[in-house]
Amino acid sequence: MTSLSGAFFAVIQRDLAIAMRHRGDLLNPLFFFLIVVTLVPLGISPEPARLAAIAPGMIWISALLATLLALDNLFQADFDDGSLVQLMLSPQPLWLLVLAKIIAHWLVTGLPVVLFSPLLGLMLSLPQAGFLPLLLGLVLGTAMFSLMGAVGAALTVALHKGSVLLSLLVMPLYVPVLIFGTSAVQRAVDGMNYGGVMAMLAAVTAFSLLLAPFAAAGALKVGING
Amino acid sequence: MSSQPLLEFRALTFERDDWPLFSDLCGELKAGEILQISGPNGCGKTTLLHILATIQAPTTGSLHWQGRDISRCRQEYLAAMTFVGHQTGLKLSLTPRENLRWLSQLQPLSRCSSGEALARIGLAGFEDVPSYTLSAGQLRRAALATLCMTEAKLWLLDEPLTALDVEGIADLEALLLEHVAKGGAVVLSSHQPLVNRAVRTLALDAMAEAAH
Repeated sequence: MTSLSGAFFAVIQRDLAIAMRHRGDLLNPLFFFLIVVTLVPLGISPEPARLAAIAPGMIWISALLATLLALDNLFQADFDDGSLVQLMLSPQPLWLLVLAKIIAHWLVTGLPVVLFSPLLGLMLSLPQAGFLPLLLGLVLGTAMFSLMGAVGAALTVALHKGSVLLSLLVMPLYVPVLIFGTSAVQRAVDGMNYGGVMAMLAAVTAFSLLLAPFAAAGALKVGING
Repeated sequence: MSSQPLLEFRALTFERDDWPLFSDLCGELKAGEILQISGPNGCGKTTLLHILATIQAPTTGSLHWQGRDISRCRQEYLAAMTFVGHQTGLKLSLTPRENLRWLSQLQPLSRCSSGEALARIGLAGFEDVPSYTLSAGQLRRAALATLCMTEAKLWLLDEPLTALDVEGIADLEALLLEHVAKGGAVVLSSHQPLVNRAVRTLALDAMAEAAH
């Protein structure tokens, strides 16, 4: 018989292996993230004071859009080649396998964005005090983007050309995270306490972690049925 | 052999956009039987197989596994059933062995190793090449290799003969006969007559014509 943990890790391992073999797809969101932030000083102003003022918002918005760019592919490729059906026909609980797919998706899209964000902070002359809340906030925020994004991706998987709908569905859910995330960095830069805002962000992510795998599993069942 | 059917479906009706694809479909499948679903394109063969595999829900009607309603024993049913769809379910960027290894972590496929299964289905030497280098027929064989590995009693096969050559069809027939000889059961959809033995046929075309 198959084991719960065996199935869980097999899904993560396979999705990572696939990502490694499609490096172009893997790097696409990251490149987008880097390019947008690199263009900002050229397009707006190279003046450090001006850049520092918009740095938190700019980095967060590009991180959000980069994640959104990769979201479409979370279930779509598996749906198209029939492996999603095999996943759903596993006797293992679907929410667990969906969680494994979300984790693999975050490792491939969210984590690189987090890792590169300090570099972009430097490029946009973000004051020193802002780096820790930026990094911490992006870890929580990108995880939430992947989690709640999976629900939207699952709902739209059987609709061909569902990507516009997907953006419309998940964007309202992402807005609070964007607000908490940027305000945490801004407060730190202004020398204020950002613990409360970060706690709110953590709460939203924890709530998503509890809810999203079940909601996405249910949405997949409904989506495939339609 | 017990007379209780393995799988039974009662009064299955499926409507797409308020148009009945089929209605009041009844039938049963006993251990050792092969049921072939036939009919013209678009008559609902794949949909019926999806319903039997619990991928889609019928508009009305019910499924029973060994006498129990499937909604009450779905986990047990999933462990006793294997489905090979029209889409192979293989990732083209992974090798056949990697694909089968992934699947065997999700589903009860432990009768033999993926290497043995691929050899049996005629893919020896292709275990570790990327699947995108395989031909359509070889991909189909790789998907059917799960049948060598599965412990499932019930096989649901959607168009398993697609792209297979004469030898591949013979290999598949041998697998099917071996499976039903051991008390398994098979539901498959196909346009060609298959297996030189009593295969029951469920024709969906008669119903489609009646609906028009």
